[in-house]
Amino acid sequence: MLLLRLLLKNAFRHKLRSALTLIGLVVAICAFGLLRTIVDAWYAGAEASASTRLVTRSAVSLTFPLPLSYGERIRAVQGVSGVSWANWFGGVYVTERNFFPQFAVDPTSYLALYPEYVLPNVQRQAFLRDRQGAIVGRKLADKFGWRVGDQIPLRGTIYPGIWSFTLRGIYNGVDASTDEQQLLFHWKYLSETIRQRPGANPARVDSVGVYIIGIREADDAALISQRIDALFRNSLAETLTETEKAFQLSFVSMSEAILVALQAVSLIIVVIIMAVMANTMTMTARERLAEYATLRVLGFSPGFVVRLLAAESLLIALVGGLLGIALTLPLAAFVGQAVGTLLPVFRVSELTLLLQLLAALLVGVVAAAWPAWRISRFDIVAGLRHVG
Amino acid sequence: MKALPLSYIARNLWVRRVTTVLTALGMALVVYVFATVLMMSEGIRATLVATGQPDNVVVLRKGAGAEINSALARAQAAVVESLPGIATDALGRRLVSKEPVALINLPKRGSGKPSNVTVRGTSDLGLALRPQVRLAAGRMFRPGTSEIVTGRAIAGGFVGADRGETLRFGGRDWTVVGVLDAGRSGFDSEIWGDSEQMIQAFRRRDFSSMVVRLADAGDFERTRTAVDSDPRLQLEAKPEIRFYAEQSEALATFISILGTALSVIFSIGAIVGAMITMFAAVAQRVGEIGTLRALGFRRRAVLVAFLAEALLLALVGGGVGLAAASLMQTVNISTTNFQTFSELAFRFTLTPGIAVKTLLFALLMGLLGGFIPAWRAARLSIVDCLREA
Repeated sequence: MLLLRLLLKNAFRHKLRSALTLIGLVVAICAFGLLRTIVDAWYAGAEASASTRLVTRSAVSLTFPLPLSYGERIRAVQGVSGVSWANWFGGVYVTERNFFPQFAVDPTSYLALYPEYVLPNVQRQAFLRDRQGAIVGRKLADKFGWRVGDQIPLRGTIYPGIWSFTLRGIYNGVDASTDEQQLLFHWKYLSETIRQRPGANPARVDSVGVYIIGIREADDAALISQRIDALFRNSLAETLTETEKAFQLSFVSMSEAILVALQAVSLIIVVIIMAVMANTMTMTARERLAEYATLRVLGFSPGFVVRLLAAESLLIALVGGLLGIALTLPLAAFVGQAVGTLLPVFRVSELTLLLQLLAALLVGVVAAAWPAWRISRFDIVAGLRHVG
Repeated sequence: MKALPLSYIARNLWVRRVTTVLTALGMALVVYVFATVLMMSEGIRATLVATGQPDNVVVLRKGAGAEINSALARAQAAVVESLPGIATDALGRRLVSKEPVALINLPKRGSGKPSNVTVRGTSDLGLALRPQVRLAAGRMFRPGTSEIVTGRAIAGGFVGADRGETLRFGGRDWTVVGVLDAGRSGFDSEIWGDSEQMIQAFRRRDFSSMVVRLADAGDFERTRTAVDSDPRLQLEAKPEIRFYAEQSEALATFISILGTALSVIFSIGAIVGAMITMFAAVAQRVGEIGTLRALGFRRRAVLVAFLAEALLLALVGGGVGLAAASLMQTVNISTTNFQTFSELAFRFTLTPGIAVKTLLFALLMGLLGGFIPAWRAARLSIVDCLREA
């Protein structure tokens, strides 16, 4: 008990210095947590993917379409339980800043494959009946203040012209990892509209961006992928089938350089704060040389003195770390709002919180190492002579 | 007023070496992050700006924004080609390149991870329109064959893309016969082949974009009006420099916003570090301050001395950070530009402007961290100081 009081008194003896160190720690631990959350958000699409869904795209690249006729042939492949398809629309709502993903999908089969999009039955029926209808995720609707029945005009970049959709439903994600910032509309509406245009390229009218394939057994994913790709080998449009997770990860790996930089930077901040904290502990130890010498004279072992210093360092680091963690949650909510549709799922994971705590403890241990090593081997007489 | 000598200030830092090094190290790391981020967005900008030529005009479908979204029918291309004001080469041919552009997915060397690479169909005129592009190795592709040339970053970065190797896409094998050096422009990250061969291989009917050299760069407005006013076209013309600058905007802005936000957060840590150090320096030297004051040095001289100490500390940190950042210039990196959805290779670019900005940033950290301690030192009364010593 006495020891604890000594620790507390020691740790906050220099109020200003302790306060400054704490501020530094809080900022660093907070930034560390936020950076990790940003990196996590990048992987959110892959995390939310189901192991029983495959994605088939053109083997050349995602920008090449596949023929609509492939759908029926894929459905006949052994082990496939459902087939749907989607086209990336790439429309602009008012300005480029309002970016959010839009997909032209085959509604019935698509919603059957994505049970995580929870839609009231009335709205689902209304959407299925209206070919010009669309549904959006809850967060997107909240962001733009859309209500069911509203008209949403989009300016096409891939498919030219102004496209107007009637909002027929707003879906909720089944859990926090579901993307609630998309707009889905009828693929038929897209293809019919293009067909009616003069000079329409017949190859583009009945084309599909990707096929989404539901399979019965997740374990069969590799086998079924091979079967599908074998079906179209040496055809005019060869396919590449992979699990939904691998498909999403291929997007993540495109911006890998940025992710690696973010991860590096999140470690650098820990090193920075280590330097600040180590500096504080070094100064503390230097000032207290006479005190430590006195403790040694009174019969305390060198180990005790070292433990005293280490415990003080850990105590400050722990307090700063906990404050930082407490601040991370509201701050992450704020940043999540600010980045909006760019990173649709923005959530501080439990692992991040744990790593923040570990980082704080690591800072505490490392900061005490150098001064502790010094005081463990200093000369008592010199220490007593030293005036702090 | 008599000022304290600089050597006194410098030696004060030297006496407390460990503390000085730790504080400067913290600052150096912050400065390093700050500088590399600026260098990164500058590198992206420089790469894409170097891609455009001042007298070239890019023609795309209205509203397409990027080449891969765009489509130009042959009839439309013919109309554009016949517009007045287009430069001609020595043989009297109009300097116009009608180009199909596609993305193909290729695995990277080493990691094997796939990424999107731009494939451009062009001709000898396309090369003439881009004087910054020259052959680094091998020869140009022959028209009408399945031969391609690859940009330097692609040749080194992707499996099967170097000279003598073959790539398979669009249902056939393409032989790489040459490597392009595009002078650190975006074309270093592209694959070029014959325009008509590409259209066939990708089973297209249309071109993606057209590049046109104007006889007089000042004529752009007239060309644009001509394109806008023709109801057959539904196209838009842009100066090539502006077109490529717009392509880099989102990525460069994203990186600089993210980086600046990070640097500001980090700098709080470094400022706190400097403040702790300077407060300790003041506390340790109370007696010394009293003596100086008794010797006749004014409050202001003490303030300036401590502030200079903090600034010197920041300058050391800033210098080390900047030196470390300048080493990054040798590193080539590539990432996907999400506006074009394709791979873009670039280098960290250090400009004098960035160096000055970085050092000012370091000094600002020193000033913010050092001012309060220095002010406190100057406010101490002589008698208290001397009594405490």
